[in-house]
Order: sequence, then structure tokens, then C-alpha cells
Amino acid sequence: MILEMKNIQKAFDGLQVLKDISFSVDSGEVISVIGPSGSGKSTLLRCATFLETIDAGSIRYMDILAAATGAEGKAVYAPKKDILKCKSYFGLVFQQFNLFPHFNVLKNLTDAPVLVQKRDRAEVTEEALELLRKMGLSDKANAYPDQLSGGQKQRVAIARALAMNPKVLFFDEPTSALDPELTGEVLKVIRQLAEENMTMVIVTHEMPFARAVSNHVIFMDGGVVVEEGHPEQVFGDPKQERTRQFLQNYNR
Amino acid sequence: MSVPTMIIQLAIAFLTTMGIFGLTLLGSLPLGLLVYFGKTCRFRIIRGIVTVYISIMRGTPLMLQTMVIFFGPSLLFHTQVPDNWRFTAVVIAFIVNYAAYFAEIYRGGIESIPVGQTEAAAVLGYTRGQTFVRIILPQMFRRVMPSLTNEVITLVKDTSLAHVIGTVEMFTRARQIAVAPNSPGMLTFAVAAVFYYVFNYIMAFIMSRIEKKFSYFQ
Repeated sequence: MILEMKNIQKAFDGLQVLKDISFSVDSGEVISVIGPSGSGKSTLLRCATFLETIDAGSIRYMDILAAATGAEGKAVYAPKKDILKCKSYFGLVFQQFNLFPHFNVLKNLTDAPVLVQKRDRAEVTEEALELLRKMGLSDKANAYPDQLSGGQKQRVAIARALAMNPKVLFFDEPTSALDPELTGEVLKVIRQLAEENMTMVIVTHEMPFARAVSNHVIFMDGGVVVEEGHPEQVFGDPKQERTRQFLQNYNR
Repeated sequence: MSVPTMIIQLAIAFLTTMGIFGLTLLGSLPLGLLVYFGKTCRFRIIRGIVTVYISIMRGTPLMLQTMVIFFGPSLLFHTQVPDNWRFTAVVIAFIVNYAAYFAEIYRGGIESIPVGQTEAAAVLGYTRGQTFVRIILPQMFRRVMPSLTNEVITLVKDTSLAHVIGTVEMFTRARQIAVAPNSPGMLTFAVAAVFYYVFNYIMAFIMSRIEKKFSYFQ
């Protein structure tokens, strides 16, 4: 088990966004999280990556208990040192890429491994160049983010996350900010990673892609998991009426 | 007084002008960052104090602030001030005043950076300090360069306010020369204007070069 989130609750200004959600990721799994806007999918990822703090529940990465509900019913987080260790277990790819505009592509990949993980610069650089080659961006190592297309930026962002050697990679709607003709190149890279057994959690609106690439699908609505299972079952023969409605709207 | 003597006298006094200018920048650019931290501090008391400080600095004339700092010690505590206090008081007043403006400029620059930058750094494990120094600061400077250029040019001209407590920078010297008997008169002011203009022209040029240096991204 790489990640285990139990009974997560999260509210924004009294609005309950996550209502007692449990969610776990095993090594080698590719999980797609689907659902309408405002269903809490992104918030779930943001809680898993410590960009938001949970109100109650527990988060465990590998052998580290990052957060757990304390005596007063409120979630208590582990010391910074443990959280930092957890952060080395995951990577996050944002909808808006969030590349560092003042670093060139190569430095976007190498800065954190050298600075945060204190790894050898030469070794990190070599790995980074190999990652860029894999992403089809060998010629862009010295380019700056604003010289890249959206699809290229997102592939750099994926490479940046992979440069940290994470155990699980999270994607928060990785193609939603892209022109339709650019989504293909990003989805191809994710598919390639799935074939290499990279553990991934993908929040997405690309239904055919989710069906093809994942081995587990979670359908969320209103802050709860409505239905989950094998993609063929969830997409092909949904058990819940709400899931059926949602998928129908998508296929229209 | 002959014209060449007048020009030399002004040039000597201009060294004081450049001294006020240089020391003010040297002090207020970093102090502005500290003021920014205070202004965005999570402790309400510090935030409140800094907000009042900025408000006063921007809401009262720099000329008055200079007088308060110069006369303050002797009027309030009846202490003897050292001989070089005149120059020191000007520099302190200017630093404290300009830091307030720089703090607000920095704040505008930092708040215009997308929150995704901080989030990306947080996920990658950067500490808050590392994020600020490596990710936020370079992007902030890129964004605030035009505003900083404005302030730098204003500062060159503001140095003339030092005359109010009798600091002999170029403006004070020009006035002394112009009203003296047998002086070149109006020509003195014209030469002083040229000094200011040329120096500002050079500063604007340097700032635009720095701005270009930053424009390799975005």
C-alpha cells in the first residue's frame, strides 16, 4: 500500500466538500477519478498532496502516518520532517502545469532533486536528460517554459514530477487546460507510463482515456464515492443510477 | 565666481547627492523586503504596526520626515548630535521612507505571481524559505522592475529635499552660488538641472539593462 486515506472530511467555509471518503492506492495501480465539477475530486488530490489540510480522517504514505484524527476529533498532522518524507513518495501534475518560468526546462527538472533530495547534480542531470528524451523533448532542455506549447509544458511538468522518483504520480485534470489537438501527446505519455507500471491517480474528464488506461475507476459526486470498480464495469455496466446519468451526459 | 569654478563646486556637491542616493537605495531595497514581511506577517500586532508605519511614510511629506529625524534627538532628549548627524539624518529619513514604498511595490509584485508557483514548490518539498528565495523573488523582481525604475528616478530628484536641514548636496550648493554676488546666476541652476538630468538618464539606462537581463523568461 502506497497511500491510504481513511474517512477524510474536508469543508470550505461550512461547505462539506469531502464527506467521509476513504481511498487507497496500491503499487502498480492506475486509478481514474471521475465525476462532475465540484464533486470533490480535485480537493481529494489536494488533500493527498498536503496542499489542503483535512478536517478529520487519516492519511498514511507507506510506513508514515502523515495525519490522523486526534482526541478532539480534529486531524493532527505529523511533524514537518515526516511530511517532507511523504512528499518524496508522490508527484503532482497540475492542470495549469505550474512550471517555473525563470528556470529552463532542464533546471525545472533538476532543481528539486538537487536542492530538496540532496542528490548528486551530475547524476540528476543525466536522469533528467533521459526523462526528457522519453517525453520527446530532448531538444527543449535549454528552452524556457514560455517557449513551449501547452502540450510540451505539460510533458515537462510530468518529467519534473518523475525526476523526484516518486512512488505514485497524481494528475489533476492534466489535459483540461490544453487545446484538443494537444491532449493526445500528453495522454500518450501517461499511457506509456501505465505500460511501465507506474502507479498513478488521474483526475480526468477524458472518459475514453480513463476507461482505456486505468485498472480502477472511482466515480465521485457530492463529496462521496458513488461507485468504484473495474473500468469495464463502471463504464460498461454502472450499478448506480447517478453514475449512469453522469456517463450518459458525457456520451451525448 | 567663474563658470568653471561653479561647475566644479556643483560637481563636488553632487558627490553628496550621489551619496544620499546610493546609501538610500542600499538600505531601502532590502529594508523594503523586511517591511513586506511585516506587512504580511501572521501576527496581527506586527501587521498593524507595519501598516501604520507605511501609512505615515506615504501620508506625510518626506521633507517633514527629514526634519523630524534631524531635530528629533535634540528637541526630545536634549542630546548633543554629532557633527555628521546632518547627512546621517537625511540618509535614515530617506531609507525609512523609501522602504515603505518598496515594500508595497514588492507586495504588488508577489501577489501577482500565480499561487500555482508556490503550490508546485510545496509539492516538490521546497521549504517556505527556499520557495521564497528561489521561486518567488526572481519572478517578483521581473514584475516590479518598471515600478522600481520610477522610484529610483524620483529618488534622484528627492535628494534635493535634503536642503531643508542644510545638507550641502548639489541643490543647496547651487542655491548658495546663484544668490552670491558676482555669480553666474541663472546659469548655475541650468547646470544643476543638467547634472540631475544626465544622472537620471544614466540610471534609467542601467535600470532598462537590468530589466532586459530579467526578460529572458516569460
